[in-house]
Amino acid sequence: MAKKVPQINASSMADISFLLLIFFLVTTSMDVNQGLARRLPAPVPPDQKIEDLEKKIHDRDLLRVKINSINQLFVQGQEMDVKQLRAKAKEFIENPNNDPNLPERFTEEIQGLGAVTYTKNHVISVQNDVDTKYQAYLDVQNELVAAYNELRDEYAHSKFGKAYNELDEDEQKLVQKVYPQKISEAEPKNYGGL
Amino acid sequence: MAKIRRSEKREMPALNTSSLPDIIFMLLFFFMTVTSMKEVTYKVSFQVPQATELTKLEKKSLVRYIYVGTPREEFRKQYGQETRIQLDDAFAEVADIGLYVQRENEEMAENERGLMTISIKADAETRMGIIGEIKQNLRNANALRINYAAVQRTNF
Repeated sequence: MAKKVPQINASSMADISFLLLIFFLVTTSMDVNQGLARRLPAPVPPDQKIEDLEKKIHDRDLLRVKINSINQLFVQGQEMDVKQLRAKAKEFIENPNNDPNLPERFTEEIQGLGAVTYTKNHVISVQNDVDTKYQAYLDVQNELVAAYNELRDEYAHSKFGKAYNELDEDEQKLVQKVYPQKISEAEPKNYGGL
Repeated sequence: MAKIRRSEKREMPALNTSSLPDIIFMLLFFFMTVTSMKEVTYKVSFQVPQATELTKLEKKSLVRYIYVGTPREEFRKQYGQETRIQLDDAFAEVADIGLYVQRENEEMAENERGLMTISIKADAETRMGIIGEIKQNLRNANALRINYAAVQRTNF
């Protein structure tokens, strides 16, 4: 006759796993680590003079975005709602109608893409006040990054028939060449009220 | 006549709890996968701002955090109410960031050096003055990849 295997008492198993569960609940946090990725410009060597950005760049190639101490947004000197910034930035970067007041369009040969017309020298300059709220600053950054992302996505769709983040690394690099992120940040200044 | 029979000591059948551990384990695994370990105990309180163009921080070993916010209740007496920054487990000055970055860089594996990403976890209400100083210090310390921690915006 086969020997009966004695049953293992597993009633404490539940307690053990409960203990583990509670431990994990206490030591972990729900929030996922995500955020807006940006790259800072390389440090300026101390012996080099900081040139005024606005002097080196053609007027038409520069989009001036300012946020003042009470979180108002000014684009090219005109007050604007942050919700309109994305469309404005897209128009500026793309310059679809070859407007002489918007960045100059260059046609260039890019290896892997052929001749591409794009605004090579455009720069978006973001300036904020020391009293600007972080949320307002991030809203602006977010909209500008969104403008680039949308343009890249549109381009990726027309060229490769895929969304930008579905492309492989080399293709993404090519698209980045057509729409390079050029957001320059000046040192914050204390403008006072307005 | 029917006889009402007194049941002779009817026992409640034992509840089968053998599947209970499995259920709990399932819960445990669920929580293990969706949560992440807290990096440090927070000494400053902050509520990160909202944004839409978010990217996930993939490699944990490459990420270092800077927390910016007002000191928590229990530290108010000592550190006041002004916005402070926290590096690792302690309050720090903005000027300490350079040394911190350098030290962390040295501790990193050789093939990961220079790939460090700094995640700035700052309160949405923070003034840009201190953020600008942090950015300037990071720039001078050559820590150029940064990430402004944010949560997905639900309404605009």
